[in-house]
Amino acid sequence: MVVVLGAAALLLKNLSESPSRFFEVTLIGLTTGCVYALVALGYTLVYGILELINFAHGDVFMLGGMFTITISTHFFNLHQGQGAAIIPIVFGTLVLTMIACGLLNASIELIAYKPLRGAPRLAPLITAIGVSFIIEDIGLFFWGPNYVSAPDVFPHTKVFSFHGVDYGWNKAIVVAITIPVLLGLLYLVQQTRQGKAMRATAQDKDAAAIMGINVNRTISFTFLIAGLLAGAAGTCYALYVTTVRFDQGFQLGLIAFTAAVLGGIGNLPGAVLGAVLIGLIQAWNEGLPWHMPGSDWTQSIVFSILILILVFRPEGLLGERTPEGG
Amino acid sequence: MSTQPASPPEVVGIRNVMRARWKALPFWHRVAITIALELVLAIVLFFLDHALGYAVATVSTLLWLRRMPPLPWRLAGELVLISIFLFAGVSSLAAALAIAFGVFWVPDRYRGKVIAGVAITLAVLYPFYAEKMFVIPVFGVWPDIATGVYMLVFMMMAVGLNIVVGYAGLLDLGYVAFYAMGAYTAAWFSSLQFPTHNFHFGAVGITPSLPGIHISLWLLLPLAGMVTALTGILIGLPTLRLRGDYLAIVTLGFGEILPQIARNGDNFFGTGFNLTNGPNGITPLDSLGFGNGISHATSGFLPANYLTCCHATVLGHQVQSTDVFFWTAIVLLLITVFCSLRLQYSRLGRAWIAIREDETAAAAMGVPLMRTKTWAYATGAFFGGVAGAYYASFKSATFPGDFYFNISVFILCMVILGGMGNIWGVIVGAAFLAYLNQEGLANTGQWLNTNIHAIGNLQLPGSDSKGLDVPLFASGIYGLIILIVMLFRPEGLIPSKRIAAEMHETEQHDEYLYDVQHHEEGT
Repeated sequence: MVVVLGAAALLLKNLSESPSRFFEVTLIGLTTGCVYALVALGYTLVYGILELINFAHGDVFMLGGMFTITISTHFFNLHQGQGAAIIPIVFGTLVLTMIACGLLNASIELIAYKPLRGAPRLAPLITAIGVSFIIEDIGLFFWGPNYVSAPDVFPHTKVFSFHGVDYGWNKAIVVAITIPVLLGLLYLVQQTRQGKAMRATAQDKDAAAIMGINVNRTISFTFLIAGLLAGAAGTCYALYVTTVRFDQGFQLGLIAFTAAVLGGIGNLPGAVLGAVLIGLIQAWNEGLPWHMPGSDWTQSIVFSILILILVFRPEGLLGERTPEGG
Repeated sequence: MSTQPASPPEVVGIRNVMRARWKALPFWHRVAITIALELVLAIVLFFLDHALGYAVATVSTLLWLRRMPPLPWRLAGELVLISIFLFAGVSSLAAALAIAFGVFWVPDRYRGKVIAGVAITLAVLYPFYAEKMFVIPVFGVWPDIATGVYMLVFMMMAVGLNIVVGYAGLLDLGYVAFYAMGAYTAAWFSSLQFPTHNFHFGAVGITPSLPGIHISLWLLLPLAGMVTALTGILIGLPTLRLRGDYLAIVTLGFGEILPQIARNGDNFFGTGFNLTNGPNGITPLDSLGFGNGISHATSGFLPANYLTCCHATVLGHQVQSTDVFFWTAIVLLLITVFCSLRLQYSRLGRAWIAIREDETAAAAMGVPLMRTKTWAYATGAFFGGVAGAYYASFKSATFPGDFYFNISVFILCMVILGGMGNIWGVIVGAAFLAYLNQEGLANTGQWLNTNIHAIGNLQLPGSDSKGLDVPLFASGIYGLIILIVMLFRPEGLIPSKRIAAEMHETEQHDEYLYDVQHHEEGT
């Protein structure tokens, strides 16, 4: 409580010091939050169904960024100053990246996690770390140890102005990609037959199997969906930030995982809320001028939030308290 | 009903079918096929690299010898093999084989103790014969003494982590935080880091007027251990209530926060307070040493100062300061192993096992969960801290760059590869992986690049030269090791019986409903 109040006071002080800077940073935070939301949903989906922290997810997201760069520049010859032609190119890249990441994630599940279904709980967790390192090195092998840069194609012209702060198209497009994907996911999970199977499997695998649900296929499907989301996030990240490096996936993945825990792991709206909050906190911390710790401490702040949440409210902001949650 | 003979169980799955067919072959056919395959393999590899071909032939001979009746065939074969290598001029390999064969002639009852004794003796004598050892194919020369110190330090850490992960079953993904804590504790109290304070106590090799805190490193090793154990308790108290995977992620969080503090700790939020000297690290540290008094009393056997000591020539080998660090590390490792072994079957150790196997049942039987888990944490942290402090004093420096998440996974990989819960397995796993990390991967990479043209001619993005830089891919290699071990042998190479039984528990009963359904679909 004290921490939250202190942080709020610090934010208000910053707001009064330089409102325009504050709003600018807040908008950046919202945009980053959208990207985190896509990744966090992947964590939350997988955790909801298998109770597994899929450490490899962040690295799949990183590979998604790499795929985006390669596909858009090598296959579609994306470069600056193409005008409206970038719209089909970006869309095509997005779809291809999502498919690639979805298939990758589903095959990871088949190879690495499925044989361990009956093993002690920690076994798949340890395996997930191993897989994460392997994927990181796949990125290193094919894309090298340096930052890989994408063309900065989105126009920076403003969409709207607020207190003298411009909101550029490059940020708006990230939001424009994220929101339909989120709505689609929500529809899939809550309205379709397959979504019903996913929810049933998450609640009780044996009971779901008795009801005639193919549990293994449902789990594979969940990993596929999580991979699709990671691919979308990768595309957004690569085109918005314009640089990707092979080892970024793990860190960003952990930040996204924190977002999922913050919102209540296993809870889809919670993951989005948590991601936006984490995005804002990161942006405020790194961008505000008045007495903020700065980007050197971002990770420490994010992980402190993670630890505090897990210790004091393991069910997260929106989750329900379960008997084993504590 | 009872007249119907039981039909043999149906064999399912390609692996099992192949195995059944193989078992159905006549004995001599199997022998002939195996020998032929081994010969082909040896010959093919011989053309890749002569030494590797010989090595494969030797190893398969060894495997065959193990299956022979001991007298007279095995003995005769062993003598022949040893004399072949003697005549070929590889006397170090002949000696190694002689020792290995000798150990296997010891009766089962004493073999464990004999192996331990021989291993310790060989390790202590290692500096004397390291340079005379044969070259291993692919892996190259034997590790040098500095690598030996590195290996021993990581063995200590792996044994410490084994207490947390193997005994108590708490997955700790931030063990590197304890390593860092130990290293920085040693550095703070034996360097120029706090020049405004002036305190000397038993430090060797420095002038009394030197500013900063200088305490004898012999006191600092246990002190670092205790500070780290205290950190472990502080981290553990709020978090150990959490379930297994939440605990893992919290420890991972601490493992990321502490190194970041080390990295940014040269100027806390602009206050100018310099705790860790930031990315430049703290260097140099004082030297280890016993001081002049003890050194004279033991007539120079215990050196006064490790860095300036040792010009004696023993057994044709000039003793160097690295050797003394090596021997000290062996002593520290032995202490760690002794404590760990004594703890394993103590009251506390049995409580750890109970918690690992079933927390609820353990609590119902009156095991105090929090206290027992916290003790596991504190004990594991203690050894991590001592190892960190010792390694910092060996390198005479500590840098925040040494404490990345990779190291936590690296140590975890050692524990998993060797076999969780089994201290001997963990030691072997740690020795092998630490060697790989320090020298093995580089040597292997060199071998791959020179002998396999497809790899040697690779042009990878972002690298200036051709070929595969294997050490760059170290973490992926550990990841692969973790994956393979978890999938095919989750109890590790040298398993503890108990853990193996736990890992395969569900294979005997309790099959999941949804997998049953899956089988039905398949048939």
